[in-house]
Amino acid sequence: MKKTPLYDTHLTCNAKMVSFHGYEMPLQYDSIINEHLCVRKNAGLFDISHMGRFEVSGDKAFPFIQQIITNDAGQLADKQVLYTPICNEQGGIIDDILVYKWHEKHFMLVVNCSNAEKDLSWLQKQAANYQPLEIRDLTDSASLIALQGPQSTNMLEVALKTKFDYIKRFYFDDHVWDGTRITISRTGYTGEDGFEICVDSELVVKLWNLLIGKNKQDGLRPIGLGARDTLRLEACLLLYGNDMDETITPLETTIGWTVKFNKGNFIGSESLLNQKTRGIDRKLVGFEMIDRGIPRHGYPVLKGNEMIGKVTSGSFSPSTNKNIGLCLIQSQYGKIGEELQIQIRDNTYNARIVKTPFLKRDLIK
Amino acid sequence: MNIPSELLYTKTHEWVKKVNSKEVIMGITDFAQQQLKDIVFVELPSVGKELKMGIPCTVVESVKAAYDIYAPISGKVLKINQKIQEKPQLVNEDPYGEGWFLHIEISNPNELSSLLSPDQYRVASASEH
Repeated sequence: MKKTPLYDTHLTCNAKMVSFHGYEMPLQYDSIINEHLCVRKNAGLFDISHMGRFEVSGDKAFPFIQQIITNDAGQLADKQVLYTPICNEQGGIIDDILVYKWHEKHFMLVVNCSNAEKDLSWLQKQAANYQPLEIRDLTDSASLIALQGPQSTNMLEVALKTKFDYIKRFYFDDHVWDGTRITISRTGYTGEDGFEICVDSELVVKLWNLLIGKNKQDGLRPIGLGARDTLRLEACLLLYGNDMDETITPLETTIGWTVKFNKGNFIGSESLLNQKTRGIDRKLVGFEMIDRGIPRHGYPVLKGNEMIGKVTSGSFSPSTNKNIGLCLIQSQYGKIGEELQIQIRDNTYNARIVKTPFLKRDLIK
Repeated sequence: MNIPSELLYTKTHEWVKKVNSKEVIMGITDFAQQQLKDIVFVELPSVGKELKMGIPCTVVESVKAAYDIYAPISGKVLKINQKIQEKPQLVNEDPYGEGWFLHIEISNPNELSSLLSPDQYRVASASEH
């Protein structure tokens, strides 16, 4: 089992640790609900060093990136970040990632922990036509932490004694701290304003303690994976392995907007275009429970007696006090307001399709 | 950890309180609610259901997952606590009081002797820390 450099720090904070795709990670420090509400109200600090990070550099780095992603990196300014799936030839989602662009010849990809190994071999396989291209795995040498919540800008500025408000949403910048380069992006997985900070693994504990130490009295606290999951679900941010996998295409989910056909061919473009022309049979939609009951991944979704799909994610939602979820169902039943049933153990419970995100936040642009 | 001296216990962290020779009340222990944390849903059996000792009779859900709660004794469900269906956090706040689960009419009084005393339960739960 792998440990992040913050492992001992988590134990000191009484974290309940769980094994998560090969890493020992904090599930919660005390209460998932309290941690969740703290991020919505003030801010929280997350250790996300388990996420894979690959640096891609070389003369053909840009065309290589364009070939493997479905979104359009051609629209990116330097120091901008792009959310995108990478798909296989059939259009199935291999992973959903963030692409950081320093310039045309230098990128960084942040990928899901569960997919890091698979992604790396996929990237290396695709790289053959784009040589010379260097793909460097930064996952161990650099750590990643996320500061999320409405107070995060203030808190980052207080701790680092620098203004960061100039970094707009989905942009990043390099900053020198303690004699070393840290990369700060205005991104996150909570539906809140916030930053993700990539820092040398030797220094991450120091930076973590500095952020907490300077902002503790204003409510900053560490947040575990439990609240990270409820926060992302309320914001309708998809989770790989739950809401998508290689048998699901982006067009069938809520991230169809990340497929940009007009940028030219890319891996999966032909299959995806066919699917778009033909129309989709399944659709990922959000629902809330009408009856009392908590939907979970894998539960059957019914319309009357007919099974029409499955729950992909579900939870109690601390901010809305409702039970919510995402389900992949036959598209004909996917209209907002449509009532359907979720099978929970031996009983069926009524639910209704609703607009996503479940919680609308005013994020800075 | 709170382990009231007047109750009986199971290894699976249920408590039992004798009302009279035929009837008991059950719920989950302080240890159990601390382990589960943030209880957000309780699915109780219906009144009249026959329970068998050691077989799941209720489901408790935290934010993260669903957990089976086992019948501490065999018998028939006489009464369920509707309040914890509406306010599941009562189980966290008051596991031995307002957070009770069921009243059970016991079918085999001999089973009571196989339940744990408070001291036995303290030892059993301590080993899970």
